Amino acid sequence: MKIIVNAKPHDVSGGTLLAVLQELGFTSPAVATALNGSFVARGKRAEVQLAEGDRLEVLAPMQGG
Amino acid sequence: MQVYGTDITSRLLLGTAQYSSPAVLAEAVKSSGTEIITVSLRRETADGSGAGFWDRLRETGCRILPNTAGCHSVQEAVTTAHMARELFDTPWIKLEVIGHSDTLQPDVFGLAEAARILCADGFQVFPYTTDDLVVGEKLLEAGCELLMPWGAPIGSGQGLRNPDALRAMRAHFPEVPLIVDAGIGRPSDAAQAMELGMDAVLLNTAVAKAGDPAAMGRAMALAVEAGRQGYAADPMERRDMAVPSTPVLGLAEFA
Repeated sequence: MKIIVNAKPHDVSGGTLLAVLQELGFTSPAVATALNGSFVARGKRAEVQLAEGDRLEVLAPMQGG
Repeated sequence: MQVYGTDITSRLLLGTAQYSSPAVLAEAVKSSGTEIITVSLRRETADGSGAGFWDRLRETGCRILPNTAGCHSVQEAVTTAHMARELFDTPWIKLEVIGHSDTLQPDVFGLAEAARILCADGFQVFPYTTDDLVVGEKLLEAGCELLMPWGAPIGSGQGLRNPDALRAMRAHFPEVPLIVDAGIGRPSDAAQAMELGMDAVLLNTAVAKAGDPAAMGRAMALAVEAGRQGYAADPMERRDMAVPSTPVLGLAEFA
């Protein structure tokens, strides 16, 4: 299944957001996620099913002003 | 002073971007005496680089003020704010809705709308705004308890472009904490902002891009303190003409 992760195409086996994050190697607890422009809370990742063409953003703390 | 019910002693808020290394950042944070540092969220790589930065932030002991820098729409800013609240475990958000990519000036219409949505959702919003009084009123109506007017465009180091507007904000919002955010380049700019009665100053580039960031952090802290004490001491009025400071009475005549 093809999805877009942080603006790059990825081929993943699918399933829940939690499973896809693990498959892609995002194992750090210090990430927050948004799917198709909407925030998905950490506690909801195991419930949300990804679909073909979904746009996933995985963000982490960075320097800022 | 208090921000959203939290007491802070230092009136200098510091950004964490653009330092040459994490060690330089840590030194600047320490020497500035700041208690609040701003951070952002960016795309994570699978190597988990963001987690390391988060660990270093926590070591500073400062309160974290996450921003929505780079967001150009209400939707982007609101989504980013939610992600920040989960990631940093804080209701604080420095709300930026950017209206123009050259000037990085706030889209004040989007800002007010995003502020309303976020305040209603329990966020404690620090809005990066202009020095416009009407916009300030809209932000307060939206639920913001403080305002962060710009001094000059972000990263420009131009100092206060419109001190009169900031003075008007002080007079119009006597009880609202006002934090000058953006545009400060030198310690004298920070002192000027504080002399105008601003409650605090938020800056980043002026320290990060100084030749010696730790020394500049300290200089900024001193300037903020000096400006604050000067404001509290009620400065004299300007005069157009000279007035002798040494008494004229008793002056000798030698001619």
